[in-house]
Amino acid sequence: MRRIIVALGTTATGLVLLFSWPTSWNRPVAAGGQAAALGGAGTSQGTTATGASSSGSGATAPVTATVDGAVAQTPYGNVQVRLTVTDGNVTAAKAIAYPDRGGTDVQISNYAIPILSQEAVQAQSAKIDMVSGATFTSRGYIQSLQDALDQANL
Amino acid sequence: MTRTAPDRRAWVEQIMGMPISVHVRGVGARDAATARAVESVFADLRAADAMFSTYREDSQIRRLQRGEIALDDCSTAVREVWLLCGTALERTDGAFDAWAAVPGSPGTFDPTGLVKTWAVTHAAGHLRALTGLGFALGAGGDILVQTGPDQTPWQIGIEDPRDISRVLATVPVADGGVATSGVAARGQHILDPRTGEPATEILSATVIGPSLLWADVFATAAVARGASAVDWVQGFHGTSGLLMLTDGTVHRWSNAP
Repeated sequence: MRRIIVALGTTATGLVLLFSWPTSWNRPVAAGGQAAALGGAGTSQGTTATGASSSGSGATAPVTATVDGAVAQTPYGNVQVRLTVTDGNVTAAKAIAYPDRGGTDVQISNYAIPILSQEAVQAQSAKIDMVSGATFTSRGYIQSLQDALDQANL
Repeated sequence: MTRTAPDRRAWVEQIMGMPISVHVRGVGARDAATARAVESVFADLRAADAMFSTYREDSQIRRLQRGEIALDDCSTAVREVWLLCGTALERTDGAFDAWAAVPGSPGTFDPTGLVKTWAVTHAAGHLRALTGLGFALGAGGDILVQTGPDQTPWQIGIEDPRDISRVLATVPVADGGVATSGVAARGQHILDPRTGEPATEILSATVIGPSLLWADVFATAAVARGASAVDWVQGFHGTSGLLMLTDGTVHRWSNAP
């Protein structure tokens, strides 16, 4: 029981830190310079890509779009993540639904996990596709991040 | 500009009280046949949940636990899981005990610790039947992967149980399973069959091996076994993995087949 209480107490901190993961992944969007449009909050489906250049990242202006992840249900509340994608790279992530402050925007720092950012030299090979873990909260949370990243590939 | 990243798509559904995510990568990722295969995966998992859930009073497992039906009355699937639990009990020297998993109720059969990865392994058959595609099937932290024709492994991060913003390691897996068990997984405790009390000495055990089901069984058994698992895992031939003890010590291994 004490462990559960401790886990609840540290959940907020852990979740905030976790938002910084995508910035270290720098995973390119499969469709080159295409951007995805914003999905509605509370849905599990992003919307399809909307226009933008398909001719690569040459001299054209940066293409920026945001993508919402699915709402992930955790025992502590719903979690949803919004990614900002610029020219195919994830450049920012923030929570738009958050267990302890439901619905409040929480701006996330650009802190990057060292082990991941070191591997990000080759963006293609540095990505983490899935996360294995036993922590219930993070499972739902990570799913939201993965979903957001995958919707960036739609 | 040619596309460099392989085509990729993902689906996520909540089944068995956890997010199930399917990622496919390769030619045909957006085909209707692929989407149908993924839906079949989800349908199989929902069916397994109906059969095995201990939270559903009408499931076969609950009826078996209450003595309303006998094992012979159960479906082939339930009997298969029963036999697998018996094998797991032997292979883990008693550390994985489906008959000692319910607190205060020794002898009650509860295969929950094995059912998830058993169901995932079966359901993944729909994805294996797709040609030209690799897939990663994640079920609440346990992951089954297979590469496509490009042979590109899936990159799996191992979560730090003390700080979920960190990963303890990343590991490329081409074909096989990655399972992690911990003292607080799914809000349930893993019991030490020797004492009937919750195991507390290992925060997290990750096993990577060719079979997700057995990786899961051995990860759970390692947690149940406690600190002595550090030596015990040396006998897990053909696996790699890591243990994090309560004091933060991380033990890694990589064993030859």
